[in-house]
Amino acid sequence: MKTTLTFRAAVLSLFIFAMFIGTWHLATQAPKESAAAQAVNAEYAELMGKGAEKTGGFPSPEKVGSAFVKYLSDPFYDNGPNDKGIGIQVGYSLLRVGTGFLLAMLFALPLGFVIGMSPLMTKALNPFIQILKPISPLAWMPLALYTLKDSEVSGIFVIFICSLWPMLINTAFGVAGVRRDWINVARTLEVNPLRKAFLVILPAAAPTILTGMRISMGIAWIVIVAAEMLVGGTGIGYFVWNEWNNLALPNVIFAITMIGLVGMALDLGFGTLQKFVTYRE
Amino acid sequence: MTAHFLSVEGLSKIYPTADGKPGTPVFEDIHFAIERGEFICIIGHSGCGKTTILNVLAGLEEASAGGAIMDDREIDGPSLDRGVVFQGHALMPWMTVLGNVAFATKSRWPDWSKAQIEEHCTTYLEMVGLGHAIHKKPAELSGGMKQRVGIARAFAIEPKMLLLDEPFGALDALTRGTIQDELLKIVRATQQTVFMITHDVDEAILLADKVILMSNGPLAKIAEIVEITMPRDRTRAEMHHDPQFYRIRNHLVDFLVNRSKSYAGSDAAQLHDAKHPPVVRPGLVPDGTPSGDNGGRPVLKQVVNQ
Ligand SMILES: Nc1ncnc2c1ncn2[C@@H]1O[C@H](COP(=O)(O)OP(=O)(O)OP(=O)(O)O)[C@@H](O)[C@H]1O
Ligand SMILES: [Mg+2]
Repeated sequence: MKTTLTFRAAVLSLFIFAMFIGTWHLATQAPKESAAAQAVNAEYAELMGKGAEKTGGFPSPEKVGSAFVKYLSDPFYDNGPNDKGIGIQVGYSLLRVGTGFLLAMLFALPLGFVIGMSPLMTKALNPFIQILKPISPLAWMPLALYTLKDSEVSGIFVIFICSLWPMLINTAFGVAGVRRDWINVARTLEVNPLRKAFLVILPAAAPTILTGMRISMGIAWIVIVAAEMLVGGTGIGYFVWNEWNNLALPNVIFAITMIGLVGMALDLGFGTLQKFVTYRE
Repeated sequence: MTAHFLSVEGLSKIYPTADGKPGTPVFEDIHFAIERGEFICIIGHSGCGKTTILNVLAGLEEASAGGAIMDDREIDGPSLDRGVVFQGHALMPWMTVLGNVAFATKSRWPDWSKAQIEEHCTTYLEMVGLGHAIHKKPAELSGGMKQRVGIARAFAIEPKMLLLDEPFGALDALTRGTIQDELLKIVRATQQTVFMITHDVDEAILLADKVILMSNGPLAKIAEIVEITMPRDRTRAEMHHDPQFYRIRNHLVDFLVNRSKSYAGSDAAQLHDAKHPPVVRPGLVPDGTPSGDNGGRPVLKQVVNQ
């Protein structure tokens, strides 16, 4: 019997998922249900020391499941500032990420081009980039809040600053690494600078640039949750924070899962775009 | 000042060494000329500076001294007047075959309509036998086909001169032969002036009117210029029946194997006049004439310009 690798992997994934849910279910069941469960619980209690009674506090998969059903069946309701559908919250987050990301693109791509084309600019700007790059984007938050005086704009600024570096560095790197031969072809054909930039350098560097954009988007999605927890108001990060304050852990788990799913979708999207601009030599 | 189509005068090239000081010149005081419609091959060992000379002619690289004049204009940068076929084909992999040639054509004639460009490109692609593959990407082509696209691209801009850097270096003998024939046909038909680097002696004999022989670098010189005196309509299949063929071939191989290394210290080097390198016609020396009593001097018996 021969099955494809994909199929076997899918079966294994499902199995792992079922095991995970099953274990979770058993671990969060009320004690004294059955001998087997007791045995498991006893073992668990031993492993965890005295913490066994806390398992009662952790939501069971059933509870989390019902949170999924509740939120996903009506994702776009709006009952005031502290009670909005998950679709709306994710929408806010995506809007902020999208705006910050686009602004970073407008800035990073042309600047990256200039840096990549000019060894002088590379050398001159390198120290600044190296110092600014490792700064946690959230460290900018106080400065942003103080200067921009608007939490919404500050959130976008934080996304902007964290998306900037991978895009800038990859664009510069991609542009600087365009094959000498292709540049020489353009030179011998007396191609004007604009045509050269758009028809030779951009397509040649596109795979590298898109890798940078993909990394940026991944970081931006991680950062937005933290930023929204700080800034508050709307968004998936705020949702998590709010549900934590309500001690509604099933909702928190639901939100965490959504963050993962949306992040994966974004990454897949960029993966597809990347395939689109990749060329085979 | 000069009646030649292209004349190279006093060319030398010095690359800086790793610590920034000027190194030994790769070559210096190089003089030669090319007439309109001539096919020139240049042969020499690896590293003697052939590509550097070609790049200077293309305008891609600056000479350290001297220069080149083409059609009464000094070469001071790349120009559409000179089409270049690069060693590694240098096709843009994100464009189709047609797109690659169209990119060049559009650069040459920016005002042409899309249809006009496509028709022009198709003509040239058909000329190199790629009419069926115009919508393919370079990655879908064999090495020989890619090289042919490179040739079509260079021809399509209808340059005054064509510069080829070992265009067939990476091809197998069979493909190489086919493309040589195609190139020969096109060059004969278009009266194209060509400057070509090659490592292949047979290729040079088939294609060239004159073969420039370079001694080994650094400080490479033009040791001599060999005129190929066989009839111009020679073909790859027939040329080895001509008695001249083996005389020329032996002369070239002998240079590459023996004389190119020892050139610097030889008698020939003593007599060397950079402005007038010896022009020889080994094909016309009748067999039986002692063409080398191992001294190096007999070569000069064939010299025709001194
Ligand atoms: N950018 C450079 N910097 C320093 N030295 C260089 C540079 N380019 C070429 N050289 C040197 O110049 C010499 C000539 O190089 P060139 O590429 O012209 O040789 P070539 O005759 O074309 O050789 P091949 O037959 O291997 O292609 C070599 O010794 C090489 O090391
Ligand atoms: Mg070379």
